[in-house]
Amino acid sequence: MIVNKDTISELAAQNKRLDGRSLTEYRKPINVELNISWTAEGSSKVQIGNTIVMAGVKLSIEKTYNDTPNEGGIMVNAELLPLSNPDYEPGPPSIKAIELARVIDRGIREAKAVDLKKLCITPGEKAWFVIVDIITINDDGNLFDAAGLAALAALKSAFYPTVNKETGAIDYKHKTKEKLPLIKEPLPVTIYKVNNKLLVDPTLEEEGAYDARLTVATDDDGTISALQKGGTEPLTAEEISQIIDLAQAKARFLRSELDKFLK
Amino acid sequence: MAYTKRVDGRKIDELRPMDAKVGVIPNADGSAYFKMGNTIAYAAVYGPRELFPKFLQDPKKGVIRCHYSMMPFSGSGERIRPGGNRRSQEISMVMNNALEPVIDLSAFPNAVVDIFVDLPQTDAGTRCAAISAVAMALAHAGIPMKDMISSVAMGEVDGTVVADLNYDEESYPAIVSDIPIAMTHNTKEITLLQMDGEISKPQLMKALEMAKLATEKVYALQKKALLEKFAKE
Repeated sequence: MIVNKDTISELAAQNKRLDGRSLTEYRKPINVELNISWTAEGSSKVQIGNTIVMAGVKLSIEKTYNDTPNEGGIMVNAELLPLSNPDYEPGPPSIKAIELARVIDRGIREAKAVDLKKLCITPGEKAWFVIVDIITINDDGNLFDAAGLAALAALKSAFYPTVNKETGAIDYKHKTKEKLPLIKEPLPVTIYKVNNKLLVDPTLEEEGAYDARLTVATDDDGTISALQKGGTEPLTAEEISQIIDLAQAKARFLRSELDKFLK
Repeated sequence: MAYTKRVDGRKIDELRPMDAKVGVIPNADGSAYFKMGNTIAYAAVYGPRELFPKFLQDPKKGVIRCHYSMMPFSGSGERIRPGGNRRSQEISMVMNNALEPVIDLSAFPNAVVDIFVDLPQTDAGTRCAAISAVAMALAHAGIPMKDMISSVAMGEVDGTVVADLNYDEESYPAIVSDIPIAMTHNTKEITLLQMDGEISKPQLMKALEMAKLATEKVYALQKKALLEKFAKE
């Protein structure tokens, strides 16, 4: 079935969607699986409808940066695997992958979700550095929200590896019981504007029909830690206000979904 | 002191616990998951689809293109930089060679079948798990095949030929050889053969003989997973 942009847009005007969901309803199922990779320090697999992403946390000990001698660091990377979508090709990261990685990165970094000072081992010398890799397994739309959920779940499930006291070398095969210093739990929610309506969790097909989108990362108390507008159509301040209300409500929903799997 | 007791307590011809699923990636034309011990491979097949650039097209036969990749967090040590390296390129190439003999390329002239394998966690035997996963994904995609391919690494650890080495065995402090093998089911021909380490000719021939039974076990699971998938549809 080939459904064009106009159909999706006309349906949205009537508060309808192709798959029968309401505009502000996430797909089912939402599944979170933890520790899907024994080689990662923490890992997760998140499914929202047919969108499947994995996230893996790797830790390493590096020299501290000169401007932040008392801190470690965190970085988020994203790989849009050609395995996950017929339109993705092997090669250097596309702008879509770079944007995804940077938006998730900012949501976590700017919320100060990981206490970077606690990652410091010896000030001015060495500290732990955290890299979160987000990997798409099946891209059926709304990668931002799925990736954000996967990144948070992976960080929450991560344990430090042991360090040989004499050599300082990391023994990745043996994890400690110590978790990462995660002090906030930011989650991104992306709201899409289609034909002057706001909707959440688009499928890949619906993503082809949006006019504008706004990703809003909020932490546990609703504080906004990252914003990213996409699309070529403008948004009014009034729309942005509505979007943020909706995003905060949906972040609470996603957080409660995540909590079901953390027990 | 010969190697009689394996590191993880398996019998010498015993494979690690396996798991296989078909149809794990909805976007793909064919897909599969294959787990061999702690090595996991996801495979997706896209195509046959038009091949670009056009000068690569062959009006007599199609082309298959394997892309093997380990996820950044899938190595036993540090994070692996994404983007491929010499090793992943070579594995992609030998996988192509291992699979092509059973694929009827004449069925899709001018077209390409793209094959992607990505591994979220590894513990030796990654190319074998990858090939076994891909063979299922190809069958799931309905690509015409003359035979099935199943793959296991054989090896010799301190004088004993064993099946399906894990990482601890590959790095056992003695003379070790690691021999990834892929075999056709019906004709028992070898389509992948590599070796590193040291081994005598008689021991190698013994490993090749043992590989028949080992790949047969993989085949049984592949067949079961495919039947389960098609029974559902």
